[in-house]
Amino acid sequence: MQPELWNDVLGQFHPASAPDYLPPAQLQQLQLQRLQATVKRTYENVALFRQRLDERSVKPEDIRSLKDIQRLPFTVKNDLRDTYPFGLFASPMQEIVRMHASSGTTGKPIVVAYTQEDLDVWTSVMVRTMASAGAHRGDIVQNAYGYGLFTGGLGFHYGAEALGAAVIPISGGNTDRQIMLMRDFGATVICCTPSYFIHLIERAGEMGVNLKELPLRIGIFGAEPWSESMRQYIRENSNINPYDLYGLSEITGPGVAAECNCHNGLHIFEDHFYPEIVDPQTGEVLPDGAEGELVLTTLSKKAMPIIRYRTRDITTITHEPCGCGRTLCRFLRVGRRSDDMFIIRGINVFPSQVETALLQMEGTLPHYQIVLTRDKGLDQMEVQVEVTSEIFSDTVGGLESFQQKLETAVEQTIGIRVGVRLVEPHTIQRSEGKAKRVIDQRKL
Amino acid sequence: MKLNQISVFLENKPGQLKLACKRLADANINILTLSLADTKQFGVLHLITPEWERARDVFKQSGFIASVNDVLAVEVADRPGGLVDVLDAIDEAGLNVEYMYAFTFGDKGKAALIFRFSEADAAVEKLKASGVNLIDKVELFARSGK
Repeated sequence: MQPELWNDVLGQFHPASAPDYLPPAQLQQLQLQRLQATVKRTYENVALFRQRLDERSVKPEDIRSLKDIQRLPFTVKNDLRDTYPFGLFASPMQEIVRMHASSGTTGKPIVVAYTQEDLDVWTSVMVRTMASAGAHRGDIVQNAYGYGLFTGGLGFHYGAEALGAAVIPISGGNTDRQIMLMRDFGATVICCTPSYFIHLIERAGEMGVNLKELPLRIGIFGAEPWSESMRQYIRENSNINPYDLYGLSEITGPGVAAECNCHNGLHIFEDHFYPEIVDPQTGEVLPDGAEGELVLTTLSKKAMPIIRYRTRDITTITHEPCGCGRTLCRFLRVGRRSDDMFIIRGINVFPSQVETALLQMEGTLPHYQIVLTRDKGLDQMEVQVEVTSEIFSDTVGGLESFQQKLETAVEQTIGIRVGVRLVEPHTIQRSEGKAKRVIDQRKL
Repeated sequence: MKLNQISVFLENKPGQLKLACKRLADANINILTLSLADTKQFGVLHLITPEWERARDVFKQSGFIASVNDVLAVEVADRPGGLVDVLDAIDEAGLNVEYMYAFTFGDKGKAALIFRFSEADAAVEKLKASGVNLIDKVELFARSGK
């Protein structure tokens, strides 16, 4: 077999990926066993969960089918804050080998914990994530997720090593060095947030490095919502194949769900994370195909099992077969979070809608920011867009007409006319982690 | 006959013009003339310098958005009606002026007008034919003592 073909075959299969192809009946049986064990363990070891079940007069033994999960209470982010730091741990410290924490932008951070077994599961889902993106032994993985309390860095690190790839543990930031090592080491896989990768493309251009000429072929992007148009932009400007990945620290970190090479949704690693879609207002469980909030239950977590976690991510689940042969259900890429939504003059707006409108226009980079202000009681929204060489015109009239075209594109998407302001390159702050799209300066 | 003009995008806020000019000063690049077109939110700085290639690279490297455009320099008599004579010729030639600016230079009694036409090549032909005195860059910079 020719080496390239062999690589393709290797890329399609890794022994850790076997559960991706379980027959549905067998998968459901596994899920039920694990759910029952998780509910029992959580009931016995976590006071908050026991109290909530007792209030509802539900016993762990009442979980006889997967559908019975609907009798269990939801867990929300505030539950993790209220029990800070160790209130939701189900294992004694003797069994815990790692802790991570969120940035805690609003007050106390949230803390998550892992036993060795939890770390092994996490690593295995990261191997499956990277294998489904076509990464394999022999690849050089540049891991630009931040190492430290954030789960992104270490999650990818252990996953890539277990896959058999060579890891460059460069962590986030220091963009010039990222580009130098990417070129000098011949990195073939890059892992970071999509907005940071766009920053890398841009900076590489300024440094005279053409990413299209480097061996880089796969990007695994997560930790923030990104749009199909951003994927298109990345493809066109770097010649790599961009894969979406989904995860959250509360559930394990990166590796909860990942795209395969069909790019038609993210496969949830259902043998470890049980998904539901609920109506964000009523909490009622919705059927396949209906849009709602993703709710996740950990099925294998020992140190910190989380039952029915409200992710705030809005998506749709499908069980239709995927071209890749995986039997795991898929959810459509998360374009928006119920958290990100803002209301302007009574209209619900998601930053992703604005992004889609902007990227329709030739030449706009996805560097934008939405600034909300309130003037004499009236909400004002301004979209700041960085000028690029492609859109720059030496006539004021040319720039103004571009500005108006952007305003029209945004108006057609969100339904109200808002101002677009053209700003100089690099004036919108680049994030090395999650991009901050909305600056809300309204004082209520 | 065409001149290479550098255009730079600037946000309309205090200090931006100085910041752009400082980059050129640091690179020891002299400006022959410039003009600034602005709106409430942003402006476009147009400048003419003998070292336009270096100026373009300096702006690019320091993160500004800059472009190079073809403009024409026209010599006029520095007296009442001098400009009108040139504008008459432009009118008759049916040319569309995107923008223009003027400056006096070298020789006494002469001024130069910088014109940006939507089609520079056509403008060169037509203006030459109507007897307008176009100055090429060698002459312009020589007479300005640059």
